[in-house]
Amino acid sequence: MIAVSVLSVFAVALLSPLLFRRQNNNISPWLIALLPLGLSAYYISLLPSAAVGNPLTFTRPWAEALGASFSFRADGLGLLFALLISGIGTLVVIYARGYLNQKDLALFYPWLLAFMGAMLGVALSDNLILLFIFWELTSLSSFMLIGFKNEKEAARSSALQALLVTSAGGLAMLAGIILLGMAGGTYEISALLSNRMAVQSHSLYLPALILILLGAFTKSAQFPFHFWLPNAMVAPTPVSAYLHSATMVKAGVYLMARLHPVLGGTDAWTYIVGGVGTLTMLIGGYLALSQTDLKRLLAYSTLSALGTLTMLIGLGTPLALKAAVVLLLAHGLYKGALFLVAGALEHETGTRDVTKLGGLFRVMPITAIGAGVAALSMAGLPPLFGFISKELIYETGLEINLWLTVAIVAMGLFNVFIAIVVGVGPFIGKQTKTPNKAHEVPFSMWLAPTLLAGLSLFAGMFPGEVSSLIISSATSSVVGEAVVVKLKLWHGINPAFLLSIGTVIAGIALFFVRNSLRSVLQKFEWKWGPGYLYNYALEGLMNFANWQTRIIQHGYLRYYLRVIVLILTVSGAVALWRIPSVNLISSFNDSNTSNVMFYDVMLAVLILGSALVAVLSPSRMGAIVALGAAGYLIALIYLFFGAPDLAITQFAIESLTVILFVLAFYHLPKFQTFSSASERKIDAVISLLAGALMTMLVLVAVDVQIASSISHYYIENSLPLAYGRNIVNVILVDFRNLDTLGEITVLGVAGIGVYALLKFRKGKE
Amino acid sequence: MKMDSLILKTTARLLLPNLLLFSLFIFIRGHNEPGGGFIAGLVASAAYALYSIAFDAEQARHVLGIETRLLIGIGLVLALLSGFFSMFGGQAFLVGLWIDLPLPSPFNKVGTPLLFDMGVFLAVVGVTLTFIFALEEVK
Repeated sequence: MIAVSVLSVFAVALLSPLLFRRQNNNISPWLIALLPLGLSAYYISLLPSAAVGNPLTFTRPWAEALGASFSFRADGLGLLFALLISGIGTLVVIYARGYLNQKDLALFYPWLLAFMGAMLGVALSDNLILLFIFWELTSLSSFMLIGFKNEKEAARSSALQALLVTSAGGLAMLAGIILLGMAGGTYEISALLSNRMAVQSHSLYLPALILILLGAFTKSAQFPFHFWLPNAMVAPTPVSAYLHSATMVKAGVYLMARLHPVLGGTDAWTYIVGGVGTLTMLIGGYLALSQTDLKRLLAYSTLSALGTLTMLIGLGTPLALKAAVVLLLAHGLYKGALFLVAGALEHETGTRDVTKLGGLFRVMPITAIGAGVAALSMAGLPPLFGFISKELIYETGLEINLWLTVAIVAMGLFNVFIAIVVGVGPFIGKQTKTPNKAHEVPFSMWLAPTLLAGLSLFAGMFPGEVSSLIISSATSSVVGEAVVVKLKLWHGINPAFLLSIGTVIAGIALFFVRNSLRSVLQKFEWKWGPGYLYNYALEGLMNFANWQTRIIQHGYLRYYLRVIVLILTVSGAVALWRIPSVNLISSFNDSNTSNVMFYDVMLAVLILGSALVAVLSPSRMGAIVALGAAGYLIALIYLFFGAPDLAITQFAIESLTVILFVLAFYHLPKFQTFSSASERKIDAVISLLAGALMTMLVLVAVDVQIASSISHYYIENSLPLAYGRNIVNVILVDFRNLDTLGEITVLGVAGIGVYALLKFRKGKE
Repeated sequence: MKMDSLILKTTARLLLPNLLLFSLFIFIRGHNEPGGGFIAGLVASAAYALYSIAFDAEQARHVLGIETRLLIGIGLVLALLSGFFSMFGGQAFLVGLWIDLPLPSPFNKVGTPLLFDMGVFLAVVGVTLTFIFALEEVK
C-alpha cells in the first residue's frame, strides 16, 4: 500500500492533462486535490502503528545484485514528512487554481504532482538507492517548476542554477551512499541503523559522511550553496511555498535526520553539520533584513530556518533533536502560509514590494487574519506552535553554551522582525496606492493560508495531543531509539522565556526603524559571494565549450568521417597489437577453407563488385543502390550460415536505409566532386587500412575466446524458462530485455531528435 | 518529393495491407521461429514508407491514423509496463510471466514478453516512420 500511495501520484501526474482537455474546467483542480487529501488521511491512519514502533513496511526485490530494492517504511519521521507533503500539497493544488490561469494549470499540475510523488518517495524509501532516485526526481521537477515561466530569461537561468547546484550535490551524495553501503554492508536504511558501530569505525566513514553531506547541504541550500534558493523565487508562488519552503528544501534536512542514528554523534558530524547550520542560520537571517521583495524576504528567512534545523541535527542532543522535529512542523505550517499570503498580495495588488504595501486589512480581511496568525507563530508568540518550537530552540542553546545562545537569540530576533514585515506590515497603517486595485482573494486562495495558520494555532493549543500523535515517534526515528516527547505550551518563567520576551520587544523596535535599517544594510551589500563564483565558473565553462566546438565541430562531413575512421583503425590496431596471445599468421593458416562452396565465392565476388560500384559511381543514386545491393548480399551470407533472424533484419534495414538515403539526398544539391585527386588517394589508403583492420578483427574474434560462451545456457534454457524456441527473440524480449528496453529508449530519443532537427530549423516556425 | 506513378500507387495500395498482415505474422511467430517485434516493426514501417513514396507523407500519415511520435511513446510505455507485472507477484522487474490459454499454438501461450515485444514493435515503427515522414516533409 505504501508503494501504491507513492506511485499513484505519478500515475495521476501522467493522467492529469486529460482533465484539462475541455475549456473552462473549474472542477478539475478540486478533483486533483482529492488525491493528496486521500493520501493525507491514509498517512494519518498509519500514525498509530508507527507510534508504537511497528511501522508499516513494503519490500520488493529490484536490482538485487546492486543492493537496490523497492522498500518503503512508514516510521514517525517519514510520516511527518509525508503528511507535510500531502497536506500542504492538497492546499497548494487548490491555491494554484486561483493563482494560475486555465492554460497554465494543465502544464502545471503534472509537474507539481510528479514532484509530490518524488518527494513522498524520498520520505518513505527505506533503500538508499531508491531514495537517491526519488531525490533526483525532485531536482528535475523543481527545475521544470522554477522555469515554469520559461519565456523569461531569469526563470530559465535560475532553474538551471538550482538544477546544477542540487544535482552536483546529488552526484556527490550517490558516491557517499555507495561508500556508506560498503561500510555498512547494506543499502537498507533500517538495517544500517543497527550497524552504527561498524560504520563509524570504518575507514570510509569520513569520505562517506562528507559526500552525503554535500548532497544534503546543496539540497537544503546551506552556506555556501545557499544562493540558488533566493533566485528560485522566480517560480510561481505556489511552487515557492511548496517546494522551496515547506518540502523539497527540507529533503537535505530529512536525510541528515534520517541518517543521524547511523552517522551522527561523532566530532566530525557535530562540527561540520552544526557549524554549517549555524552559519546558514545567521547569514540567512542577516541577508533577509535588507530585502524589500516579499518572496526574497521569505526565501532568506527560509534559509535561516533550514540553517537552524541543520544546526539542531548537528548538535544531536535529545533536546536539540526534539526541537528540530518541532521546528520542522512549525516552520512548514507558518512559512507555507506566509508564502501563500505573499502570493495573494502580489495577485491582488500587482507588487511584492513591502515598502509599497500598507493598510490592506480593510480590503483583504480574511487573508490578513491568516497572515497575522502565521506571523505570530513565526515570531514565536503564545499560544501558537511557533512559540513551543522557539522555546525549545532557546533551551537547546542555553543547555550548550553562551556563544550558541547568542547566535540563536539573533536568529530569533531576525525572525520576529521578518514576521512583522511580511505578515503584519502590509495590512496596517494607511492604505497605499498599488498597481492593481486590491480585493479579497477568491475562496481557493484564502483557504490554504488560513487553514495552515489555523493548524499553527491548533497545534499550539493542543501540544500534548500533537506530540503523542507524531512528534514522539518522529523524534524516536531521529534519535535512533524510542523516546517519549511531552510538549507543553506553558512551562513557567525560565531563562528561555525571558529571552523570548526580549527578542519580541527588540524585534518590534527594529520594525519601527526598518527604513533606516535597510538603508544602512544596503550600503554593505557584498557581491563577491558564492553566487558570483557560480556565475564566473558557468561563464568559463561556456566559453571553453564554445572554443572547443569551434575547433572540433567544423561542419565538414568528409573530415569528420576521416577522423572517425582513422581513430577507430588506429585504436583497433593498438588493441590487436597488445593482445599477446593473438598470432595473426596462425589465425590465417587456421582458417578452414575446405568447406567453402562455390556460391560463397560467388557472393564474395558480388559483394566486392557492388562495393566497387558504390565507390566509383558518378551519381548518388547509383552509389546508394550499389550499397543496398552489397547489404542484401551480406544478408544472404547470414542466411547461408544459419542466422535467419539476422538476415531478415538486414534485408529490412537495407531497404529502409536506401529509402532514407534517397529521401535525404533528394534535398542535396547536384553531385559534385569537392576533393582533389591527392585527397582521394589519402581517403583510399585510410579506407583500405580500416578494411584490413576489420578483416583481422573478424579472424581474431573467431579464434580468441576471452570469456566463456553463454550461448549454451540460452540454448538449453530458452524453451523451459522462456517458452520460446527462437533463441534470438527470447534473448531480446526475455533474458536480456533490460538491454532491449535501453536500446528502444535510445531509438526513441534519436527519433525525437531527428524530428526536432528537421521540423524546428532556424528560420522556420 | 513527388512521384506520380499509377503503377506504384496501385501496387502500394495493394501491398500495404498484405505487408501489414505479413508483419503481424512475423510478429506472432517470432517467439518460436525467425521473426519478432523488431523485424515485424521494420516490415510494417517499410509498408508505410512505400505508401508514402507512392502518394505522399501526408496521405501516409492519414492511413496510419496516429501520430508517429505518439507511437514511440506508446511503445516505450508498453515495454516498461510489461516489466511491472512480475513486481506485483513479488518478483524482480521485467521477469517474464506466462499464462496458458485453451487455444491452438502459437496462441496458447500469452505472457508479458509478448507485451514487451509489442512495445518494441510500436517503438520501431514509430521511430522509423518519424524519420521517413519528417524527411519527406522537408521543404
